[in-house]
Amino acid sequence: MNVLSEWAFIGVFFVLAPILPAVPILLGGVLSPKKPNAIKQATYECGVETVGDTWVQFKVQYYIYGLVFLIFDVEMVFLFPWAVAYGQLDFFAFAAGVLFIFLLSDALVYAWKKNALEWA
Amino acid sequence: MECRDIINTFAPCLSDTLGVSTDLANFLSITLGVLIVATFPLLVTILLIWVERKFAARVQDRIGPNRVGPFGLFQPFADVIKLLGKEDITPAGADKWIYNASPVVMVMAVLLIWAVIPLTPVHVGVDLEIGALYFVAVASIGTLSVIMAGWASNNKYALLGSFRVVAQLISYEVPLALALLVPVMLAGSMSMVGIVEAQTGMWFVFMVPVSAFLFFISSQAETGRAPFDLLEAESELVAGFNIEYSGMKFAMFFAGEFMHVFTNGVLMAVLFTGGYIGPFVDQIPLLGLVYLLAKASIWYLLSLLMRNALPRVRIDQLMLFNWLFLVPVSIINLILVAFLMFVIRELGLQPDDPRDFVQNIPQTVVLLLGNVALLIGTLTVIRNRFRAERLAEQSTMLPAQAGD
Repeated sequence: MNVLSEWAFIGVFFVLAPILPAVPILLGGVLSPKKPNAIKQATYECGVETVGDTWVQFKVQYYIYGLVFLIFDVEMVFLFPWAVAYGQLDFFAFAAGVLFIFLLSDALVYAWKKNALEWA
Repeated sequence: MECRDIINTFAPCLSDTLGVSTDLANFLSITLGVLIVATFPLLVTILLIWVERKFAARVQDRIGPNRVGPFGLFQPFADVIKLLGKEDITPAGADKWIYNASPVVMVMAVLLIWAVIPLTPVHVGVDLEIGALYFVAVASIGTLSVIMAGWASNNKYALLGSFRVVAQLISYEVPLALALLVPVMLAGSMSMVGIVEAQTGMWFVFMVPVSAFLFFISSQAETGRAPFDLLEAESELVAGFNIEYSGMKFAMFFAGEFMHVFTNGVLMAVLFTGGYIGPFVDQIPLLGLVYLLAKASIWYLLSLLMRNALPRVRIDQLMLFNWLFLVPVSIINLILVAFLMFVIRELGLQPDDPRDFVQNIPQTVVLLLGNVALLIGTLTVIRNRFRAERLAEQSTMLPAQAGD
């Protein structure tokens, strides 16, 4: 199989994969009873009326987790090619890889020392 | 052209015998392949619902479903019929498009992983050269579904639940991907078939058990199930991000979850315990599927046991466990394996024939010893830290006894 038809498979998969779970949902939509009323559609918060807007601002903590995650996720993209070729590389490549990991671990240690990773 | 090996030569067969144009035949062949690969996990899931309920029942000293069909085997079908008849309530003020798309995306995220999983030596959806990277990319889509569900439901509990889950899922993706780097490094390939073939001589779980452990724990956390089921947390968040869902959409969230757990079992089998490799696979390729499912089932049952036997952790413990334990250990593990591979190459312990079991033993011993050393080191650090904490706590609580 050439590269193009490999990715054609993934493309067709991306188109067909949402259809498979959508079919039972649509079937349920057709078969199930539909008797909506205002009370039934009210927000489910234990019988208490919702106070204020639902789409609230969120804690800055989540943002920090997002940032630290981003650092490591980008790191991973660079490490995968290194890992694949590792078997054929010399000591310099090993040292370079370790240096790269250390530089990024630095960020983790910094976040740790700043107590950014604690759930406050 | 002979049309015996129908699965691999479907397109040429079709264009030869029926006179269909080659492009159309290729397209049909791909579509059929996708349908088979995508339907398989969905069918397995129907059985998994029964296994899950039966297993949980046995752990809790109950019998579990036993009325519908032999041993209650038809229980999942009864459940589906019941769910089809449930009214589908969309809460007022929900963002309808995103609200309805979310359960579909949830199932889709898991299904897409199956595209690169080698089922037998000859049957694989598609053997991408960057299969491992594709897995990391596709597995993140599940997080998107959770944000969509929490945000679109117009419910504060759902929103709070989804915030937590997103924090959990993106955090545990870091050790997951770092642990995934190790089999890629050992196999020298990102293709899933390449990784499985590299384990012909020796399974990676014997070479790098620490990576297998890290991958297993973080993939378990990725599914969001006990002991990491902070998204449900019935006592605090009512039901988490899927609180406003009912009927078939609710069922799809759970189908996605069950399928994700089993997919993790399959991934553990592919990455660490040799996938389809077993005796006589070269002669009868379909045996590979049996081996793969058998190995996956063992990992799957282990995660079921974990789910049923361990209590839920708190959200702050969950994040600390990830960032202060799993991530540092996986970074050290990565450097250690890289170093040991270098040592093995310098000492000439590499097997001449990687497919031979006996020639693999020297490098396995070196890697295993390194892993054991890492394990002992980690445990010592943890023990000393907690002992110091305990002693500090005791001295503040009981000042009178300090001199005894």
